[in-house]
This record gives sequence, C-alpha cells and structure tokens, in this order.
Amino acid sequence: MDIFLLEAMLNGLMYAGLLALLALGLNLIFGVIDVVWICYAELVMCGMYAIYWLHAFYGVPFPLAAAAAVLLVALLGVLLHRIIIDPILGSAPINQLLATGGLLFFLQNFATLLFTTDFRNVGIRLPSLELGDINIGYARILAFGVALLGAAGLYIFLARTFLGTAIRAISQDREIMGLMGVDARRIYLITSAIGGGLAGLAACLLVLQYDVHPFVGLSFGPITFMICVLGGLGNMIGGVIAAFIMAQIIAIGGYELSVEYSQVLAFLVFIVLILIRPQGILGK
Amino acid sequence: MSRAWITAAAGLALLAALPFLTSPYVLHIAVQVLILGLIYTAWSFMGRFGLVSLGHGAFLGIGAYTSALLWNLYGVTPWLGIPAGVALSVLLALVIGYPCFHLKIVGHYFALVTLALGQVVALLIVAARDVTGGSLGMTPKAVGTSLYALQFPNRIQFYFIALALWLLVLALRHWVSFGMRRAALDAIGEDETAAAAAGVDVMREKLRVTVISAAVTSLGGSVLTQYLMYLNPETVSGVGISLQIVFAAIAGGMYSALGPTVGALLTLALTEGLRILFGTQFIGAANTIYGILLILFIVFMPRGILGVIEDIPLSRSKRERVGPAQSAGG
Repeated sequence: MDIFLLEAMLNGLMYAGLLALLALGLNLIFGVIDVVWICYAELVMCGMYAIYWLHAFYGVPFPLAAAAAVLLVALLGVLLHRIIIDPILGSAPINQLLATGGLLFFLQNFATLLFTTDFRNVGIRLPSLELGDINIGYARILAFGVALLGAAGLYIFLARTFLGTAIRAISQDREIMGLMGVDARRIYLITSAIGGGLAGLAACLLVLQYDVHPFVGLSFGPITFMICVLGGLGNMIGGVIAAFIMAQIIAIGGYELSVEYSQVLAFLVFIVLILIRPQGILGK
Repeated sequence: MSRAWITAAAGLALLAALPFLTSPYVLHIAVQVLILGLIYTAWSFMGRFGLVSLGHGAFLGIGAYTSALLWNLYGVTPWLGIPAGVALSVLLALVIGYPCFHLKIVGHYFALVTLALGQVVALLIVAARDVTGGSLGMTPKAVGTSLYALQFPNRIQFYFIALALWLLVLALRHWVSFGMRRAALDAIGEDETAAAAAGVDVMREKLRVTVISAAVTSLGGSVLTQYLMYLNPETVSGVGISLQIVFAAIAGGMYSALGPTVGALLTLALTEGLRILFGTQFIGAANTIYGILLILFIVFMPRGILGVIEDIPLSRSKRERVGPAQSAGG
C-alpha cells in the first residue's frame, strides 16, 4: 500500500475526532432544543481568536488560555440562547436557524472589523510522531485524543448524572418533562453552555493546527452540517460514524486530488448517501 | 383596483424616466437594485412556501461563471452563454431538488443541504483556478459597446435591460403565485402531508418552483456579471452571498411582490451609506450591521418591512368597512 496514502488516512482519522466533536455539540443542541446553530463554526472561530490573543499576544500560558476560551464560548452559547433563540422559540423552526445565520454574518464581519482578514498563528509548533516514513503531528494526535475524551465525558454526563438524564428526557418529550417538574428553560441554558463549551474545546484543538482568520469557520462549518445530517440530526452516535466516513473521504480525496476537490467529493458522497438513507446512517 | 393600476403606471413612468433625471451614480445603484431585486425575488419564490434555501449562491455562481467563461475561453456570445448557465442551474436544481423532495427533506435538513451546496459550488470555482482565476476572480473580456457581447459601458442601455428583466420576473412571480398553483404551494408550506392527501402533487409543485427560482437566479447572476464586468467566488457564490440573498428578501418582505426589491434597495443603500461614511477603513462594518439587522428582523418582523407596511392600510380599510356597518347597526 502507498505509504503516503496511509499517512493521509491516518491524518484523516485524527481529523475525524475533531469533526466528531463539532458534530456532537451541534447534535446536542439540535436534539435538546430543536434548533440548528448555523453559526456553530463561527463560535469556534471566536474561541480560536480568544486563545490567539490571550496566548500569543498577552502571553497567558496555553492551558489557561484554552480554559478561558472554553468558558468564553460556553458563555457565548448561553447568550446566544438567551438573547436570540429564547424569544423566538415558539416561532417556525426555520426562523431560529435564520436568526443564527444572522449571527454567523455578524460574527464573521465583526471579526473582520476588529482583527482584519490577516491569518494569525498562535505560534505553537508541536513535533511530529515518526513511524517509519509516516509523520503524524502531535497536534493532531492530541486533538484526536482530547476529542475522544470530550465525547466520552459528554456520554458519561448524559448517561450517568441526574442533569444529563433530565437533558436526555427533555429531548425525548418536552411537554411531559414540564409536568414532571423539570425546568425546560434551565435545561436549555445548560445545554447551550455545554454546546458552546464543546465548540470552545474544538477551538483549542484547531488553533494548534490552523491559522485563525474571520472566515476560518467556512473550512469546517459546512462539512460539520453535512456530518450531522448524514448521521441523523440529533443522533450523536450516527454523527460520530458520519464524521469518520467524511474525514476519510476528505483525507483520501485531498491526497489524490486537491483540498477543494476533496470537499466537493465529500459533498457528492453526501448526496448519494442521503439518497440511500435520508434519515441518516443510524436513523430509524 | 383602478387606484392600484394608476399607482403602478405612475411608478413605471417614473422608473422609465429615471435615467434622464439622475446622476450616473444613482443610475449605477438603480441598475444593481433591479438586478439584485430580481435575484432576491427569485429566492422568495421558494422562501415564501417554506422552502428556505441557504444555497442560492450556487445558482448565482453557475450563471455568472458559465456565461463569463464561455465568452472568455471560446468567444461564445452571452446570448448563448446565459441560457447555458440557466440550463446548468436547472439541472443542478433537479439533481438536488428531486432527492430532497422525493425523500421529504424539509426544514432544517433542506436548509443545511442547500447551505453545503452553495459552499461546494464556491469551492469548485476556487478549485478550477486555472480557468476561473480562483479567489482572485476574473473579468469578462471587454469589447466596448456591443449587443453581441451584451456589454454596454453606457449605463442607460443596461438600466433598461435590467428594468425589463425585473418586470418579467415580477410577472413570473404573479404567474407562480396565483390561482390553483398558489393554493397548492400554500398548502404545501402549511402542511405537506395534508396537501398531499388533498390531491396536491407535492413533489411536482416543489420541483417546479425550485427550478424556476434556480433559473431566474442564474440569469440574474449572468446579467450582474455583464454589468459589473468582474466576478469572484466570494461575491457570486458561497455562504456569504447565499445568506445575503436570504437576509435581503426577508428584510424587504418575502411575502410581498416588491418586498425583495425593497430589500435590495435597503441593503445597497446601507452598504453605500456606510462606505461613504467610513470610507474603506472599516472593512466588514456594513456586513456587521447586516447581521444584527437580520437577527432583529427575524425576531421582531418576520414578515419584513413591506409586510409590516402592507398590514397597516389593510387593517385601516377593514376598520372603514366595519365602521359604517356598526353605525348602521347602532
């Protein structure tokens, strides 16, 4: 087997972890609040800028900057829900999606206004792991590991804690849970915070691999949406599986063709798969 | 009704006289409002029936690039290039629309699929940078004033072309939106299953409106390129322009005939106003404000400016009608 193709596939595997983390956050929000945050990747962008400014500019140690970014994006998630989603929770679902589309526009352009379109690098270079001829950056391995830990943490939280059970319950039947004494508004805010926090965590991992600029969200936002739809919106395990499929398509396509064509290829595969299984890979 | 006709005739006369009354700058804005207006109106064909496309940049980009590339590479006149772009857009609309509608992909799913579609066309244009110039964009070869090349450096001819097309699209909207067809589409927008049960061919109606919308958007993209004589993937395809189309159509009022055009006027006035106010030093300022306005519109005025304005005289005339009846009763 072509050794470089193998390297591309291994890197794709690492990338899949990150995409899965992004898809998890989006799926959690959709599953519980029944809202699609179109601006999800832009929240990640905010987190990346936060780390860049804190670490590269003000010299805050990276772990502290990362923690601050997670908290900041979690707060952004809460504000997004409180200010934009909550007032229109009762209107047509598409309106909520469009309102977050407005936020996407706002965040991209506000970032341009504040930080210009310059590509900024956080300035951390992690070495590569060498396995024979294969090179895999530690940044990617770290991203994969942390993303898996994040996913596992979320799973344990949802499965084992009282709050997690309440969140899962509300995603199954929001009318009944109110009668059971669950405060839906509080659950929604907590879910938004977790969704935001996951975006912040993804930001910490992405900033080690990619430069940050106002439109960085476009390079992984659309693919995240495709993954969520493919996995079945709101279906977390489906999302994880879809993330691994899409990441491999992008990795192999990027190796054989080019970065742009690999995304086009991913979209074509997406169309074909959605034709075969419109309810998602694991949908009922 | 006759008052509406008089208003329409006066408006048309004013529009026809506009090039001879105003400065070239105002005319430049007017041409863009008309072309963007017809594109936004095309989006509202679908949007008002609940088919929210976040990927109309795909059709815009296909229209713009097909006619420009055919002209630059093979010297094919835009008179053939524009229909070629429209045909490609219709094909894409069918390829995406058929599975989506067949499998009842609606709401969030449909919006996400189309969002990805818009991004993919933008990526394709960037990826084919050998012929398209990638992110740097491209310019159609200029030949001066020529009907064959559809190039009119003098804005007046273009103004009338844009005006004629815009009127055609409004007529098309009238055709799409009235009679049985409108009833069928409204029913689909309300409740697909019920519409199907009532005998509406949901799939056919949705495909029809999607194809028409894609074709007009593609045409608009070509014409906009012929006018501006410059195109790049950012301005004619991708997520940014796709959302801008949605925003303008909603802000103006997608349920009103002139709403999307009002949206075009509003957004262009905003961009130009901010540009004059700030110069070029605050890149992104105009779109930042767009974003905030979009959120405010969705939250407070989902029917758009024209929707709100139209509601006012409607309720007043209702009151007038109710008034005498009540006094007669009293």
